Amino acid sequence: MQAIISIDGLSKTYDGGFKALDNVSLEIDRGEIFALLGPNGAGKTTLINVVCGIVNGTAGTVTVDGHDIGSEYRHTRAMIGLVPQEMPTESFETVWNTCRFSRGLFGKPASPEHLEKVLRSLSLWDKKDTISMQLSGGMKRRVLIAKALAHEPEVLFLDEPTAGVDVELRQDMWNVVSKLREQGVTVILTTHYIEEAEQLADRVGVINHGEIILIEEKDKLMRDLGKKQLVLNLPTALAEIPSQLASYHLELSDDRHDLTYTYDTKRERTGITALLGELNAAGIHFNDLQTSQTSLEEIFVDLVKKDQ
Amino acid sequence: MNFHAIKAIYRYEMARMFRTVVQSIVAPVLSTSLYFVIFGSAIGSRITEIDGVSYGSFIVPGLIMLSIMTESISNSSFAIYFPKFTGTIFEVLSAPVSYVEVLLGYVGAAATKSVIIGTIILATASLFVDIEIAHPLIMITFLLLTCISFCLFGFILGIWATGWEKLTIVPILVIMPLTFLGGTFYSISMLPPIWQTISLFNPVVYLISGFRWSFYGNADVSVVVSLATTVGFLLFCLLVVRWIFKTGYRLRS
Repeated sequence: MQAIISIDGLSKTYDGGFKALDNVSLEIDRGEIFALLGPNGAGKTTLINVVCGIVNGTAGTVTVDGHDIGSEYRHTRAMIGLVPQEMPTESFETVWNTCRFSRGLFGKPASPEHLEKVLRSLSLWDKKDTISMQLSGGMKRRVLIAKALAHEPEVLFLDEPTAGVDVELRQDMWNVVSKLREQGVTVILTTHYIEEAEQLADRVGVINHGEIILIEEKDKLMRDLGKKQLVLNLPTALAEIPSQLASYHLELSDDRHDLTYTYDTKRERTGITALLGELNAAGIHFNDLQTSQTSLEEIFVDLVKKDQ
Repeated sequence: MNFHAIKAIYRYEMARMFRTVVQSIVAPVLSTSLYFVIFGSAIGSRITEIDGVSYGSFIVPGLIMLSIMTESISNSSFAIYFPKFTGTIFEVLSAPVSYVEVLLGYVGAAATKSVIIGTIILATASLFVDIEIAHPLIMITFLLLTCISFCLFGFILGIWATGWEKLTIVPILVIMPLTFLGGTFYSISMLPPIWQTISLFNPVVYLISGFRWSFYGNADVSVVVSLATTVGFLLFCLLVVRWIFKTGYRLRS
């Protein structure tokens, strides 16, 4: 797929000497949803701000749709919408006016129809004449999303868009992102809610200490780094795991009522059938079983810990 | 040229003025009217004519200059400082706009407000004293140049300021004294020779002198020098703003 954003060797060192980005190279495909994960201070927001033109990079190049963000900023910035992490709003302006301002600022002629569509999609239509400072935190977040979508961007950056908002908004936001994907909009999402990335993203990038430590398709990442486990609930406590089951590397819970078997779904055989047969032969019975898969959050935490 | 952006910023800023009409228009008009009552009527009645002009009429150009310089700086510095303070500046910085378009929007709106205020004060003054405008075109030129250049200066101040105190310190400690000592209420020729020489280092003297000349045909310094000084100040501010946007000084980290 053709890259819409190409970042090559991007570094950023702030005046105080803090290196926020260190030789970052990354390509974002057109129309994909890319989740950029990383702990606080990893460089996620700096990376977004450089691409959007808010922060100047120290070294490296960034192109959007093949155009350099410095020399061809008019083209690149007109394509981008940004929902920032903080919630700065024009306190004394109405929702409608602030969205109209955003659309004009990005060089688009007035379009009340488009603004209405955006506001309705974010459940903001009945608040269009309300002054921003009178809105709740969740509503202000919606306004920021509406402002970012006001000029019909082809690339949308969502920097922690659902931080501190209620479940309803999160769901609304996910619906909006899904619709944008259908329209071919490229979405780059940073989030602390790994569940969000798990739900929405096509690909995942992990950044730590200003360096990209992993870029992978989400499904492949979960397949490759994820583990699947089978937990058997035993009716009677098991004193110890029989030696003939040693090859399965089973784990016995502290209360000796749960046996856990970790297996790899990519292998030709998972070993589950054989394990169940050997348990039966050993006279170990079970009255329930569950399977579970490692979440993206566990994979993420594991990756970041390894990078420390 | 991103005309939609210029229009958006301009309209947004003008809306702010009409939202705060008391602070933006009524307050400067009231304070100027008080100057007329105190200096023009109460004290002015005891002062003889200056260069053939009654004292009340003499101070009109200076008072207009005092107001538009103060308001220009105040309006444009606040216009750019407030988005910096609240964080909404990110939107302007990430928009496809050049510094010229940003200036046309912010400074254009602030200058419009100053022209409106100057015109209202002129109309208000005509209620108190007789006013004649000998050179209307030159008067309009001075009015526009002063409004634009001091709005540019205020814009620079708003970008430079890192706190509310810094935002007000320059107008109070620099601009206000220079204006009061720049011949708002007197002719420079009334001062002792040494102070006349010192006054010539005050750039505001040239603005007020040139503006007063456009009213009554009398000036402390040549009108050409006044005009050149005003244009020079305007160009200087433009160069500073250009440098700010080129380097990202206090805008882009």
